Amino acid sequence: MNALGIIAANEFLDGLRNRWVATAIILLGAMALILLLTGSAPTGTTRAGVLDIGVVSLSSLSVYLIPLIALLLSFDALVGEFERGTMLLLLTYPVTRWQVVMGKFLGQMMILFAAVTVGFGLPAVAVVLLAETGSQSWQAYITMMGSSLVLGAVFIALAYLVSVLVRERSTAVGASIMLWLVLVVLYDLALLGLLLADEGQRISQTLFSALILVNPTDLYRLLNLTAYNNIGQLAGIAARAEFGPLLLLGLMVMWIIVPLVATISIFQRREL
Amino acid sequence: MDNKTLMDNAIEVTGVVKRYGNQTAVRNVDLSVRTGERMVLVGHNGAGKTTLMKLMLGLTRPCEGKLRVLGCDPVKATAAQRCQTGFVPESVAFHDTMKGVEVLALYARLKGVAAPEYRSILEQVGLDKAANQRVSTYSKGMRQRLGLAQAMLGKPRLLFLDEPTSGLDPSLRRQFYDLIDTLSLSGTTSLTSSHSLNEVETRADRITIMKAGSIAACGTLADLSIQAGLPTMIRLKVASGHTAKVAEQLAAMGEMHRVNDHGIEISCLETSRMDLLRKIVDMDKVIEDIDMIPARLDRIYNHYMENEQLQ
Repeated sequence: MNALGIIAANEFLDGLRNRWVATAIILLGAMALILLLTGSAPTGTTRAGVLDIGVVSLSSLSVYLIPLIALLLSFDALVGEFERGTMLLLLTYPVTRWQVVMGKFLGQMMILFAAVTVGFGLPAVAVVLLAETGSQSWQAYITMMGSSLVLGAVFIALAYLVSVLVRERSTAVGASIMLWLVLVVLYDLALLGLLLADEGQRISQTLFSALILVNPTDLYRLLNLTAYNNIGQLAGIAARAEFGPLLLLGLMVMWIIVPLVATISIFQRREL
Repeated sequence: MDNKTLMDNAIEVTGVVKRYGNQTAVRNVDLSVRTGERMVLVGHNGAGKTTLMKLMLGLTRPCEGKLRVLGCDPVKATAAQRCQTGFVPESVAFHDTMKGVEVLALYARLKGVAAPEYRSILEQVGLDKAANQRVSTYSKGMRQRLGLAQAMLGKPRLLFLDEPTSGLDPSLRRQFYDLIDTLSLSGTTSLTSSHSLNEVETRADRITIMKAGSIAACGTLADLSIQAGLPTMIRLKVASGHTAKVAEQLAAMGEMHRVNDHGIEISCLETSRMDLLRKIVDMDKVIEDIDMIPARLDRIYNHYMENEQLQ
């Protein structure tokens, strides 16, 4: 196994050792089970698939929880190692700096993958066995699981950028909380406030769309609520053809690549 | 310097300067460490010892000058070249949630070292019984030994040890230096920084004294003593009744420290030492025993630290 794989495997094992994997699975699993069970109750009258309802309710809660889990998992990935002094030793080994960043990223993505597939997957299988559902539901549900992983990756990448920029772990905690607040909560509130204040005067439809496309959490919401017609109807959002799922996904991927590249390039230049 | 000499040197540092902002951590350092040599770096905190090691490990780049470690620029060292060096950092730390054996296994995988080898290293450093305990339960000494264990992985040709014995008790310190001596016999070069002067003086082939980022002196203990112009103490056991006479004859050749019925203590400079010894030998049977005590490293160190004029 090369250095990248060794670091990734170690990061995943570390997640198992310090119970991160178990905690994340329980958190996501409990949320999924509760939402799917409460969502399955009215299916008889609404004729909506249980998984369709699940996608709407789960994606609106995941948008808060997944970034939080991702940030908690990774905020000290680099600064923690600098502070403990373990980074200095690691870099005297046959390991390059990009391998350290990407190895950690892959390892933490494996933790998130385990959490999302088990935590979201098992409750869905269990609930589906009890209720009837169409094929479309599974497709939307799997898209939701996949996009949750991508959303997690975005916040892991952002946390790395914070982690390589700050000098202390405590600063990284503060910066990560700020990042979560701004991107997950405040951005949409500010956008809403802006729309209300403007009363349709200056902010055009295009500008509004552009502002939505800038935030990765909004991309996640749009992707899950508009990619499939039946889900859009459930959520009360008309599917907007102008933002195809591929465009939304592509923009989310950019939110992974840019912070990761920035992290590696800052790390390469950093004096130890 | 010819090619052979260059090849014989495990470390070659020429005119290296390292600045962090306005602070100069390393000033115009020239240093060479021969293959298989045990070099010790001493100096106050902030003298530049750790920075010099980081430069040699390729963890940071020099602002000026050139470094060659095992024949290559340490910043551009390949994976294979990195496998040939071992490093024990100043305050060695590991992931607390990992067991001792897991820590060593991780580093072993990075160096491509197989399980039997790292398990035998755990035995060598006396951690085999604690191998399955979490690092968080380890004492400072155990962590330090785990630090040494990882540095020994893959039989490195060059070891960098930054204050490796801090936190170890005297018996562990001895074991530690014994290990370094054994490695040195098999050709491993070591560069050790330390504050325990009397501990390293007998374990070093050469000693480098650093002061404010520069090298104040470098050489064997005897060389340093001569350079510093520090006197050697000579203790003589004199036949009963002859002490006063011997003391009178030798008085002009050195400084008398103690004269009593059992013997004499006289100190002399390197330049007059041989003359004094010849005179003592000429005295024949009156002198029953002779003991020479060269200047200890702590005195030499103090001499250089007090002396503002850098060499």
